[in-house]
Amino acid sequence: MNDLKKKQLQITACKVRMGIIEGVFNAKSGHPGGSLSIADLLTYLYFEQMNVDPADPKKADRDRLVLSKGHTAPALYSVLAQKGYFPVDELKTLRHIGARLQGHPDMKYIPGVDMSTGSLGQGISAACGMALSAKKFGDDYKVYAITGDGELEEGQVWEAAMFAAHYKLDNLVVIVDNNGLQIDGRITEVMSPMPITDKFEAFGWKVLTMDAHDFDDIEKTFAEAAKTDGRPTVIVQKSIKGKGVSYMEDQVGWHGTAPNKEQYDQAMSELNAQLAALEG
Amino acid sequence: MADIIKKATRESYGEALAELSSEYTDLLVLDADLAAATKTGIFKKACPERFIDCGIAEADMMGVAAGIASTGHKVFASSFAMFAAGRAFEIVRNSIGYPHLNVKIGATHAGISVGEDGATHQCNEDIALMRTIPGMTIINPADHVEAKAAVRAALDFEGPVYMRFGRLAVPVFNDADTYKFELGKGITLREGSDITIIATGLMVNEALMAADTLKAEGINARVINIHTIKPIDRDIIIKAAKETGAIVTAEEHSVIGGLGSAVAEVVTEECPVPVYKVGVNDVFGHSGPAADLLKEFGLSADNIADKVRKALNK
Repeated sequence: MNDLKKKQLQITACKVRMGIIEGVFNAKSGHPGGSLSIADLLTYLYFEQMNVDPADPKKADRDRLVLSKGHTAPALYSVLAQKGYFPVDELKTLRHIGARLQGHPDMKYIPGVDMSTGSLGQGISAACGMALSAKKFGDDYKVYAITGDGELEEGQVWEAAMFAAHYKLDNLVVIVDNNGLQIDGRITEVMSPMPITDKFEAFGWKVLTMDAHDFDDIEKTFAEAAKTDGRPTVIVQKSIKGKGVSYMEDQVGWHGTAPNKEQYDQAMSELNAQLAALEG
Repeated sequence: MADIIKKATRESYGEALAELSSEYTDLLVLDADLAAATKTGIFKKACPERFIDCGIAEADMMGVAAGIASTGHKVFASSFAMFAAGRAFEIVRNSIGYPHLNVKIGATHAGISVGEDGATHQCNEDIALMRTIPGMTIINPADHVEAKAAVRAALDFEGPVYMRFGRLAVPVFNDADTYKFELGKGITLREGSDITIIATGLMVNEALMAADTLKAEGINARVINIHTIKPIDRDIIIKAAKETGAIVTAEEHSVIGGLGSAVAEVVTEECPVPVYKVGVNDVFGHSGPAADLLKEFGLSADNIADKVRKALNK
């Protein structure tokens, strides 16, 4: 990836992170940790990878994204706002009464949201339905789904994993956000889903891994994912929960807690410094 | 009297899907390894390329159906009522109901008349469960003619629909030439002024037989068929309450949360009259021939007639 493009993506990702903090702070609730861990991924998907048009959010041939880890809606909303689906300022209405930006993604009212999610384990099934539909009716769009690593503990994920391989859904790419933490602690201590890559391989998937915070690696991995061979693709991205805000990084306590004013100020000052460094 | 033709509504379901396959060219039918039993196998034979077996994975099937619907294509997802409404409840609620996606759920083997398989497969709770999902339409056809018409109506309707079909062959009492299915509209099958029997599914025919028995005793019972349990036809119920003063409901479902509850909810608000319920009385079923079980659990014309007599103190 050339430096200019990389810098542009890093700048956008930084703004996406600011939107996450802005949203969660104003909501006084929400899930910053897992939102920050997928900020780079979503930035790459919406600004480099996916065929989407914010002016026509429902266009028939668009690529689809299902955020199966729906509690990280702040990240999805923030990237959609950056992309121009709705004003960035609207992020401040997250979780407020009367707002479109529900605590978990609501496809009925939020432009750019392709599937309502929130109850863990269900998103890959829906993504399979979209991918199957494309195959059956001769459409060539791609379907992306993002799942948490703790979410892999839900049995429905593996029902869907079987389905995708059985129906050769090579137009489906699932990204596992492997930040290693879930509400009750480290995934390996709560209920280990490891080894993730071996499991998907055994289910008949093409398995890729990437560094979730390195745009060179992200680009390389998605180029590899684009090569179709009849198998669905899973990308296990090694990420840092809370990435970008020093005191939130790899801290289980920031799974579902909003920063107070002081913490908000610190987070924004860190992100502003990162942005200034990138733009400088 | 002409011979009574009997047919299971699951057969009607499979036949209807197959017949409609050429007209609805983007219809996909999903099943969870029960095509031979739910009768979606008839569609599969007619249209193999649009039949999707999801294997024994009902939760995933409902999610897949949601995904298909989100792309604008028509889809039926089929399994036994126990698994479609029971096991997959939360997926139906969150992935289909909440986004109000255009998924049709074809649930067969509903109620006690599943028979020999016993309690694990006799779903008497599905109507109650589905009724609690906002925006869910629920159709429980009474016979072959109504079931076939209902499948088409569901396909023409935009929004999630739960359809309930039976395993047991039941009398075909509707006339295919004159029958008209109107979503959300109850059908008055017998006029009467002494009491109203409101029935659904295979209990509609039992209600008609009960009305015949009662007539011979001088009791004129109105009989209403409610095929659409949600949204329920409030007008026909309120009118019956006002004009006949008492209601007996009859359903092959728990007395908790089904048709009887739905009717009671309407009349308590609009025109309080006694509502007596014939249904499964908050117990699990057990194995046995369907016909015997229906009698044993009081899902019969005799029990409906008894309830009417009690209601009228006769």
